[in-house]
Amino acid sequence: MTVHEPSLPEEWELVVGLEVHVELATKTKLFCGCENKFSHIPNTLTCPTCVGLPGSLPVMNEKAVEFAMRLGRALGCEIHPSVMARKNYFYPDMAKDFQTTQYDQPTNADGRLALADGTVVGIERAHIEEDAGKTTHVGGGGRINDATYSLVDYNRAGVPLVEIVSRPDIRTVEHAKAYVSELRDILLAIEVSDAKMEEGSMRVDANVSVRPTGSDELRTRCELKNLNSVRSLGRAIEYEARRHVDLYTSGEVPRQETRHWDEEGGRSTAGRSKEDADDYRYFQEPDLVPLAPTAAQIAEIDASMPVLPAARRARLGECSSVADEVIVTVVERGQDGLALGAIEAGADADKVLTRIQNDLAVDDWSAVTSESLAMLIQMETGGELTATQAKQVLGEMAAGEHGGDPKAIAAAHGFEAMESDELETLVDQLIVDHPDEWSRFVGGDDGDRKKMQGFFTGQIMKATKGQADGRAVAQLLGQKSAG
Amino acid sequence: MSALDLASAVRSGERSAVDVIDEHLARIDARDGEINAFNLVTADAAREAAAAVDAAVAAGNDPGPLAGVPIAIKDNMCTTGVATTCSSKILEGWEPPYDATVVQRVTAAGAVMVGKTNLDEFAMGSSTENSAFGPTKNPLDTTRVPGGSSGGSAAAVAADFASLSLGSDTGGSIRQPAAFCGLVGMKPTYGAVSRSGLIAFGSSLDQIGPFSKTVAESAALLEVIGGHDPLDSTSIDQPAFDLTSVLDRGVEGMRIGILRELSGGEGGVEGLSTDVIARTNEAAAALEKAGATVVEVSVPSATLGLSAYYLVAPAEASSNLSRFDGVRYGLRVDAPTTGEMMTATRTAGFGPEVKRRIMLGTYALSAGYYDAFYGKALKVRTMMLQEFASVYATVDLLLTPTAPTTAFPLGDRTADPMTMYVNDVCTIPSNLVGHPAISVPFGVGDDGLPVGVQLLGPALSEPTIYQAAAALEAAAPGEGSLS
Repeated sequence: MTVHEPSLPEEWELVVGLEVHVELATKTKLFCGCENKFSHIPNTLTCPTCVGLPGSLPVMNEKAVEFAMRLGRALGCEIHPSVMARKNYFYPDMAKDFQTTQYDQPTNADGRLALADGTVVGIERAHIEEDAGKTTHVGGGGRINDATYSLVDYNRAGVPLVEIVSRPDIRTVEHAKAYVSELRDILLAIEVSDAKMEEGSMRVDANVSVRPTGSDELRTRCELKNLNSVRSLGRAIEYEARRHVDLYTSGEVPRQETRHWDEEGGRSTAGRSKEDADDYRYFQEPDLVPLAPTAAQIAEIDASMPVLPAARRARLGECSSVADEVIVTVVERGQDGLALGAIEAGADADKVLTRIQNDLAVDDWSAVTSESLAMLIQMETGGELTATQAKQVLGEMAAGEHGGDPKAIAAAHGFEAMESDELETLVDQLIVDHPDEWSRFVGGDDGDRKKMQGFFTGQIMKATKGQADGRAVAQLLGQKSAG
Repeated sequence: MSALDLASAVRSGERSAVDVIDEHLARIDARDGEINAFNLVTADAAREAAAAVDAAVAAGNDPGPLAGVPIAIKDNMCTTGVATTCSSKILEGWEPPYDATVVQRVTAAGAVMVGKTNLDEFAMGSSTENSAFGPTKNPLDTTRVPGGSSGGSAAAVAADFASLSLGSDTGGSIRQPAAFCGLVGMKPTYGAVSRSGLIAFGSSLDQIGPFSKTVAESAALLEVIGGHDPLDSTSIDQPAFDLTSVLDRGVEGMRIGILRELSGGEGGVEGLSTDVIARTNEAAAALEKAGATVVEVSVPSATLGLSAYYLVAPAEASSNLSRFDGVRYGLRVDAPTTGEMMTATRTAGFGPEVKRRIMLGTYALSAGYYDAFYGKALKVRTMMLQEFASVYATVDLLLTPTAPTTAFPLGDRTADPMTMYVNDVCTIPSNLVGHPAISVPFGVGDDGLPVGVQLLGPALSEPTIYQAAAALEAAAPGEGSLS
C-alpha cells in the first residue's frame, strides 16, 4: 500500500478529514412527493415544496430517515434523537434561500470506518440534509457574478443527502482513497445509494493540512472541492499537502479557505476565504418535528443489516491463503458469495478466488453459479482442463454459452487434458533435445531448477498449444530428475 | 342573519346562494372603497361557486355545513389562480398553483370565497396600516384602525361584506382586530389547524383561525377548518373538534383564573386602559354569576412575552422571507449580477416594517448573538410553558383583556414601532406556548368602541374555551356587535 505515497518530506505529516455527501436512493425527495431521479429536462421533477413556493411546507420522508440510520449503523454510529435546522444563505439554486439540514443534533454520531488494511478512521457524524438545485451560468465569465444570465434547474432540489464527516484521522493519500472506496462498498452493500462519484451521487470534499511529524496539533486546513473521482481525490490531496509544506518552509502560512481542484491543470485554486464566509444563522426548523427513533426501530435496522464488506473479506481470508488484494477485488465486485458457494461445494479456495479475480472481471456474471464454478475448478484441479482452457471456459460460462455448463463448453471445444503417456513421450524427447538445460534442472541450485522448470513447461505448452496440464508436466519432470 | 341560519336556509332551498352572494357583493361595492377590507374581490368566481351550491341543492345533494356562506380569506393564504400578495409589493400579482388546506376545507363545506383581505404586510403589524395597498379602516368608526394584522378579515365581517372570515394569528393578529371590530376571534391550539398554504411569518407561532359575529359561528367554522393534515408536519394527529354541541353547557363548576400580570394587576404589564380593565373585571363577575369560580392567578413570565416574541418571530421571519429573492416568482428588479438583483428586488419589494423585522431577526440569530437573544427567548418560552402548566393544574381557563385599549385612530401609532408592538402584550403569550385563546366582545370603552376580553386555555382545550365563550357572550352587556 505504499506504492504511490506522496513524497512529503519526512519531517511533515499529512492530516486529512473527509466530508462525503451521498444521495440516498429513495423513490421520492426528502420533503415532498416528487420523484428522486435524474432527468435531462430541467424543472420537470418539481412541486411547490421543492421550489420553495410561499406557503409550502416540508414533510419528512420516513424512508430517507431509515436509510440514513441504516448508514449510521453500518458506520458504527450511535443514533440520537435529532432535529432539522435551517442553514440560511442566499443562492439562486437554494429554493428557500435556506438549506434544511442537521446542525447541533445530527441523527448519527461517533462512528468508525475500518479500512481494508485495518486502519480505523473515526466518523464524527453522518447527518441528513437536502440537496440544492443546479445553476448554470451562461455567458460573460461563466461565474455567478459575471455571467450574462443564469439558468436554474430544481430537479435535484430536495433530494435526500447524508453528509458523512470523518475525523481528521487520515494520514496518507492511499488511506484517503481507501476510505472512499470502503465507504462506497458499504453504501452499495446496504443499498442506500448508488454511490457514483462520476455522476455526483457521491461527492467528496477533503479538509487537508500538514503538521510536523510527531506533533499532534491541527494546523490551518483548506477544504478541497470538485473532486470527481478517487484519482482526483488522491492528486488533489497530494498537491495541497505539498503546497502547505512549501508555504511553511518559506515562512508563510496557509489561509483557511475553500479551494477548487482543477483536474486538468493538476492544481487547486483559492475559492472563498472562511474569514468572509457567511454567517449561516442556524436555528431549529420550526416546520418539522424532532426525529425520535425508538429502540425497536434501531433494533430492526440492526437485524436487517447485511454482512458488511469488512466482515465479508474476513470470511474469505479465513478459508483461503491468497493475497489481500485478491480478496479486496472479489468482495468489491460482490463475487464473494459466488466464491464461498463454490468453496463450500468442495472447490479449492485459492483456485476459486484467483480464477474469479483474474477471469471474471465482467459486468454481468449472473450465468455463473457456485455449483458450475465449483465444477470448473474441480475439472481444472483434477487435470481435465489446463489453466488456459479453464480461463476460456469460465469466460464462456459468464457469457451463458451452453447454459453455463463447464462440461458442455469444454466438450464443445474438444478440451481434454492430454493422456499422460503421450505427455511423457514429449518430455523424454525434450530432455534429449536440450541436454544442457536438463543438467541445469537436475544439478543446479533452486534458482536454476525453477528457471529450467519454466523452460521445459514452456516448451511443452508450445508443442501442445496449451493442451498440457502444467501440474502434470511438473510432476513428470520431478519424477525423471529423481529417477 | 348568522352564517349558520344562512347555510340552513340555502341547504333547505329557502334561499338561493347566488342571491346571498350578490347581496354581499353589493355591500362590498357600496362601501369597500371607503373601508379597503379587500385586496381583491373575486365576484365572478364567487357567483359561479354560489351557482354550483344552488345546483347541488337542486340536485338533492348536500353542499355542506357552510352552504352558500360568504367567506373572506386573509391574503396570506394561497388560493389557486387567485392573486395572493401578503399585502406586499414583492408578491403583487402572484397566483399560487395550489389552495391552502383551510381554503380547500371551507370550499368543501360549501362556503363561497368573496375575496382576499388586506393585512399588515406579511402579517407584521397591529393596525393594517403596514399594507402596501393602503390601510383598512374600522367599519365601526372609519377614523380608527380595525386592528391587525388581520384587519381586512375583521373589517369584512364587521361591515357585513362576508358572514365569516379567516385570519392568521402570530402574536394576536386575529384576537386584537376581533376586539377592535366587536367580533369573536379565535386562535386555536398550535397544530390544530393546518398551516399548509399559509405564507409563513413566524412558523412556530402562526395559526389560522375564524372571525365571526357570534361564538356559535366561530365554533362551526373551526370545526370545518380543524383536524389533522398530512401536509403540515406540525399538525396534531387528531380528528376535527366537536365544538358546536358543547356551547350550551354553561360554566357551572368551571374554575377561571384572572391572569394578574395581563389584567392590570400589580407587577404586571403596564399601559392597560382603565375601561378595558373594568370590562375584564365585569366579565369575570358575569362568569362567576353564571356559576364559575373565579380566582386571581399569576404567571410571572407572561410579562416577558413581548420581549421574547420580538426575538422569536422576527428570527423566523428573517429566514421565512429569504425566499422572496426575485429568482422564481413575484417582483424582480433587474441588476447586473444575481446578488445585486436580489438586493434590488428586496429593497424595492419590502416595506419598512418588514425590513425592520428581517434586520431584527437576522441580528438575533447571528453568530455571537444567538445565545444572548434567540437562545434566551427560547428559554422564556420553556419557562412560560412550565408556569402555564402549573396554573392550569388549578384552573380550567384564564381571563385577560384582549388588547390594552379600544381601536385607536389611524396614524396614531405609526411613528414609534414600540407603541404599536405593546398592542399585543396580552395576546402574545398564547402564541409562545401554542395554546388556544379566544377574544369575545364584552361591552364598550369610554369612547363607545367595543372591548374584547380573552379566554385562554391549555393545549386542545377548545371545547372548554367555547363553552365559556358562549356563556360570556350571553352575559355581555347589550349587543355583541355595535353595527
